[in-house]
Parts: sequence; structure tokens; C-alpha cells
Amino acid sequence: MGGMIRRLGDLLAAAWLMWGPSRSTPLPWHGACVVAKRELAAYFATPVAYVFIVIFLVLAGALTFTLGGFFARGQADLMPFFSFVPWLFLFLVPALTMRLWAEERRHGTIELLLTLPLPQWQAVAGKFLAAWAFCGIALALTFPLWITVNVLGKPDNGVVLTGYVGCMMIAGAYLAVGAAVSAATKNQVIAFVLAVAICFVFAAAGSPVITEFLSNRLPVLAEVARGLSVADRFGGFTRGVIALRDLVYFGSFIGFWLFVNAVVLDLKKAD
Amino acid sequence: MAALIEIEKLTKRFGSFTAVDEVSFTVDRGEVLGFLGPNGAGKSTTMRMLAGFMPPTAGTARICGADVVENGVEAKRSLGFLPEGAPTYPEMSVTGFLRFTASIRGFSGSERDDRVALAMAQTQLEGVRLQPIETLSKGFKRRVGLAQALLHDPPVLVLDEPTDGLDPNQKHEVRELIQRMAPTKAIVISTHILEEVDAVCTRAIIIARGKVIVDAPPRALEVAGQSLEQVFRRLTLGQEAA
Repeated sequence: MGGMIRRLGDLLAAAWLMWGPSRSTPLPWHGACVVAKRELAAYFATPVAYVFIVIFLVLAGALTFTLGGFFARGQADLMPFFSFVPWLFLFLVPALTMRLWAEERRHGTIELLLTLPLPQWQAVAGKFLAAWAFCGIALALTFPLWITVNVLGKPDNGVVLTGYVGCMMIAGAYLAVGAAVSAATKNQVIAFVLAVAICFVFAAAGSPVITEFLSNRLPVLAEVARGLSVADRFGGFTRGVIALRDLVYFGSFIGFWLFVNAVVLDLKKAD
Repeated sequence: MAALIEIEKLTKRFGSFTAVDEVSFTVDRGEVLGFLGPNGAGKSTTMRMLAGFMPPTAGTARICGADVVENGVEAKRSLGFLPEGAPTYPEMSVTGFLRFTASIRGFSGSERDDRVALAMAQTQLEGVRLQPIETLSKGFKRRVGLAQALLHDPPVLVLDEPTDGLDPNQKHEVRELIQRMAPTKAIVISTHILEEVDAVCTRAIIIARGKVIVDAPPRALEVAGQSLEQVFRRLTLGQEAA
């Protein structure tokens, strides 16, 4: 698997060299790409990747077919699967990000990485992109579900596709939070728990329990909570709608947390 | 022309503790500066600031004219840095790791492979090129770190304890390598091993409690029949007692 990923990376790089613009000056985000490639290969060089993917697939499958009532619903769509993804990612994504900077600190490689000639934001972006691509691989491996609904019925594949886009958005949002938290603490357990807690706040902000509680007492905050909720935005994607404001929301959410990551890293890298 | 390394009143404070206190020096092409001092004297902190890893509290450091804070990427391009403990990614192979640093430095294709091969030849790593770094002995790991610092043939080398953990033969090799490169580069090495200073350095700085207390050629230090070790003990212990 690791070899395959590496070969795929080389293939993409070769394609870029052939068709990309002239390489006399390195691309502005060259460093981020190199870091991302190394990181992605590192996932597959350790058991992290395999454990993550297997657990994700087993849980996603089990929840979809049992609690989700995949067959009993009698509808050819992936709604039961998509409804569990935000909650699965809530635990699995922080498990992926908790080591992101902590590991660099433990091995001392942070000193090496940040004294190579690349701007710090590229190191941050590279790590994030690798983790995001990794989540993409895990999601892509749920393709048997998609085949199943297509065999059993005639699902709207456009809706399925937007659902997957939504899953990637959720993964990106949680990853950005987790990466920023990981930069703030040396302790991986603290990084995990804090990341789960912060992600949970954004996941649950739009839930009826919270919004009803708030609208009874502070109606203004209820609107804010709904607006900030990751889960609410995700809902649109699973119904087949890619709204510009949702994309802007996820884009700025990820951007904000990556910015926090870079700032925190700058402050705490030498600790 | 200005010196390749220029450090002016570099200071680092952690809370009320001053780790590096207004350290100033310059290193010219052809010089090998031995950076000496007891543990905790501020050697590594100074090197980290010079390498652009740690921002200084006050003062400036420039590499080939580029300020390490204002123009960090430019300064880092001219720098080969071996951090303390020679950190490397343990799961990568020696070749994979060196290719990674070469790619970040903007090399690609056959040029990258040539650079990696040359760096491995200089540090005698060919025998282990495909081994994961975590399976290597301490001496090999140190040499992987060294290879990474030499790969792009930088005008400035900053090496934090480059011979720590090497056996006597390997130490000899690394010293010869440093001497071979010395005429074309400005090199700073930190070390605890005083005979190393005699063997390779053209100049020695002794630092204690964050302050430079001596800056002179090693030979000038050995005055009145005192060995370098005696001088070191007298200066650093005297400082501590004060």
C-alpha cells in the first residue's frame, strides 16, 4: 500500500513536470507539496494508516447497516452512512491529528523541518493536506457501499457525490482544529481530548437541544450557534446541495484554524 | 565583503532567565569556529537562533547577509544545520530522508539523486542507504543528519555536536571532512571534546552562562604551558564561582 501511494505520488509529480509550467523557478507552494508527500508516506509506513482505515470502515459499515437501517429503509441512497460520518470523524480525526506536531517535537524533527528553507505556513499546510488526503483515501474505500446501492436500486449519484464532498469538508474542519490543538501541547492525550471537545462544540452547536435551550434564553446566540454548526452545514451537502456560503464557511473555518496552528507553532515550537 | 555569519548582541531570555546574553561574533569564509562551554551555557540556544528556529529576544543574526528573522527562508537556503541530537524521521530510509530534504531545497530529477549520492559518499552511508533510519546505530544516525546538512553544499555550516556518539574512526573521518570543506565555507561546530578544537578549529569561543568569555585561536589559549582543558576549567569554573 505504501509503495502504491508513493508510486501514485511520483506519477502525479511526473505528470506535473510534464504538463505543469516551466520549473525554472520553484512553485510558491513547492515546499508544502514535498512535506505533504512525505507525511502521507509516513502514515503508511506505520500501522496508523491501517488501524485508522480498518476501524473507520468497520464502524461505518456496522453503523450503516444496523442503526442506520440501510436495507429496512427501502431507499437507494447513502443517507444512513452520511449521517454517521460526522460522529465517527469526531473521534477518529483527532486520533489522526494528535500526533501531528507532538511527534515532530518528540523526535526533535521539528527543529529540522523548521530550519529547512520553506516558509512556516507551508509546513502547516503540507501536514494538513497530507492528513486530508489520507481521510480522502479512507472515504474512497467505502466505495462498496456506493456499489451496493447502485446494484440494489437507482440512487441519485449526484447526491452521493455531494455527500462525499460534505464528508471531506467535515474531515477538513476537524483536521484543522486537531492540528492547531496538536501544535499547542506536547502531550498527545491532551491534544486528543481537547480536539474532540472543540470539534464536539462545533458539531453539536446546531443540534435542537442546544438551539432550543439558547432560543429560550438568548435568541441571538441561538442564531449564532446554528450558523457556526458544522453539522448543519453538512446537512445541505447530504441533500445534494453545494451552496457557496457553505463552501465559504468550511473554507474560512479551515483557514482560521490553520492560521491558529501557524501562530501557536511559532510561539511554542521551541518549548 | 561582510562575513558569512554575523551575530550582533544576540540575546534570549526565558522568563527571568537569560540563556544567551548579548553574544556577538562573526565568522568568515575559511574559518572553523569551535563553540565551547559547559552544558547549559547557551551553545545550542545560540545555534538555534542562528538557524532561525528560535526567535531571539534581542539582537540580530545574519547568514550571508540575510537576517534570520526578517528574511528567514533566504538565510536558511545558505545554511546547512545539524540540530542537537541529529533528529531524523525514524520510519524513513536513509535515501528517502535525504531525497526529502533535497526536494525541499528545490532539487529534482537526476540533480537531486546526484546530490544525495554525493552526500552519502561524503559521510560513508552507502552501505545503509535503503535501511530505515530507526534501525541504525547512533553513529549512523548522526551521519545521516550530517549528510542532510552538507547535501546542498551550503556556504555556512552550523553543526551542533557533529561527532557525538561516533567511534574514534568515525570521529576522525568527520574531522577530516570538516577540514576538507573548511577553505570554502564558514563553519561553526559546538563540542565538548577539547582535542577536537585543537584538531579542526581555527578559532575557539568559550561561552558560559550565556556570555562569551573567550574568543581566540586555540593556540593562543594554550598560554604558559596550560592545556586547553586547564584553560577551559579555569575560565568556566571561575565564572560559575563568581
